[in-house]
Amino acid sequence: MSDKKYEVLSPLMGTFYRASAPDNPPLVEVGQKIKASDILCVIESMKIFTELRSEYSGVVKEILVENEDPVMKKQALMIIEKE
Amino acid sequence: MKKNSHNIKEGAMPFKRILIANRGEIALRIIRACKEMGIETIAVYSDADKDSLPVKAADQAIHIGPALSYKSYLNLDKIMTAAREAKADAVHPGYGFLSEAADFAKACEDTGITFIGPSAECIARSGNKSSARRTLTDLGIPVIPGSLDILTSPDTACALAETVGFPVILKASGGGGGRGMRIAHNPKELREAFSMASGEAKAAFGNPDIYLEKYITNPRHIEIQILGDKFGHYVHLAERECSIQKRYQKLIEEAPSSFVDEDLRTALGNTAITIARALGYTNAGTIEFLVDKDKKFYFMEVNARVQVEHPVTEMITGIDIVRWQILIAAGQNLALKQEDIVPKGWAMECRINASDPDDNFMPCPGRIESIVFPGGPGVRIDTHIHDGYMVGPFYDSLIGKLIVWDQDRLSAIRRMKRALDEFDIRGIQTTIPFFRKIFLNKNFQKGDIDTHFLDNL
Repeated sequence: MSDKKYEVLSPLMGTFYRASAPDNPPLVEVGQKIKASDILCVIESMKIFTELRSEYSGVVKEILVENEDPVMKKQALMIIEKE
Repeated sequence: MKKNSHNIKEGAMPFKRILIANRGEIALRIIRACKEMGIETIAVYSDADKDSLPVKAADQAIHIGPALSYKSYLNLDKIMTAAREAKADAVHPGYGFLSEAADFAKACEDTGITFIGPSAECIARSGNKSSARRTLTDLGIPVIPGSLDILTSPDTACALAETVGFPVILKASGGGGGRGMRIAHNPKELREAFSMASGEAKAAFGNPDIYLEKYITNPRHIEIQILGDKFGHYVHLAERECSIQKRYQKLIEEAPSSFVDEDLRTALGNTAITIARALGYTNAGTIEFLVDKDKKFYFMEVNARVQVEHPVTEMITGIDIVRWQILIAAGQNLALKQEDIVPKGWAMECRINASDPDDNFMPCPGRIESIVFPGGPGVRIDTHIHDGYMVGPFYDSLIGKLIVWDQDRLSAIRRMKRALDEFDIRGIQTTIPFFRKIFLNKNFQKGDIDTHFLDNL
């Protein structure tokens, strides 16, 4: 991983959601510009919802998992290209 | 017939087979009650629960879909199909999932399957907290200042919050257990909380409706267990003290409450029965109150189902609540008189959760390597876990309940301490080490607690 890119990791085992509520549109799309602290996705573990926020401003390069996929702790979820 | 007897006339039980629309410890609890009553059981399970204890304990088990709740345990169609295929006479919904979904009770009623709980109409009236508040306000029951209506937007929420005064709390209309609840101290926080609270409510209960209340600081959470039969006869089974909470999740419950004297018990009990009667409530239910330091109480909500913490009431009254749920649903008279219900001794329950007390109780799924359970006099464990059990991330973090009974509160505390010391779960983080510390806390031992006790440690 180059210095310009950073991987968003899941903080815990759970289910990956691209939206903050089932009927809402995805929080981000590939190619979208984002600011630091923007919400990227939501991880549900044991009915607790954790919003993952971007540490950097930049562009969403890749989304590595599908909506509703189970994810492991520290699994890479997205790749962000830093501004 | 003996007082408090659960016995019914030979051949009077109309249920041959009961389907349990739930999982985990409560599914096992219900299966145990059915077995003791000579009723066959049908478990349902998702991919994640294929090898679970309730599936093994039941006479029959039916697969209802993938691990995600909305595709299995929250999927009404799949559960109704299973109930019809298995020729179930009745369905027990447990707690959580579809237990307070009026359309589930309605689907059962329409299919000629008995729903073990209140009627669909009653669930819609009482399980829905906004409409329950409206009914009870009209009756003069004290309620917490706030909205009687579903909030339609962050703007309406902010306008209302200004009227009742910050801080305010957002709550889910469709369920309990702290899901969908958020506190806001100012309009900015309220706007942010609105969408997440609604999203959590939708995911947990399939209903995104939320309402708002003034947030009362430092109250006690005290609730009354009631039973009501189909003929309008009600009793209450005294109170449970549930003030020890973290993130609105109860962690320790006890019965009775050291804060509740005979006068307050009578007042709360009578109010609970008034509420149940007004709602046309049948079966087991819980009326939750907030009680302030001056013993002024406010109605909070009706939990139209069996509660996680029902065992502490069973331990002090000798009444099997799940058995009575089945008997009442089967059309039996409630053969209990209020004057016969005399709580004896003290019971306490610790919720054993797969969460990390050292990391703000964050969920901690994983595989259990080994377990040593506590035992001995006055100790009860309700759980579905075992050596090698995989605690997945898909459902609630509750993996078991440790309940003790003894003659008085201090003895119960001592008994809980030694039971916690015996309890050893390897492989995942649990709340056990946290409880060991709480039971040594001087203020807890004195009963000097409120709902912020854990925040102020």
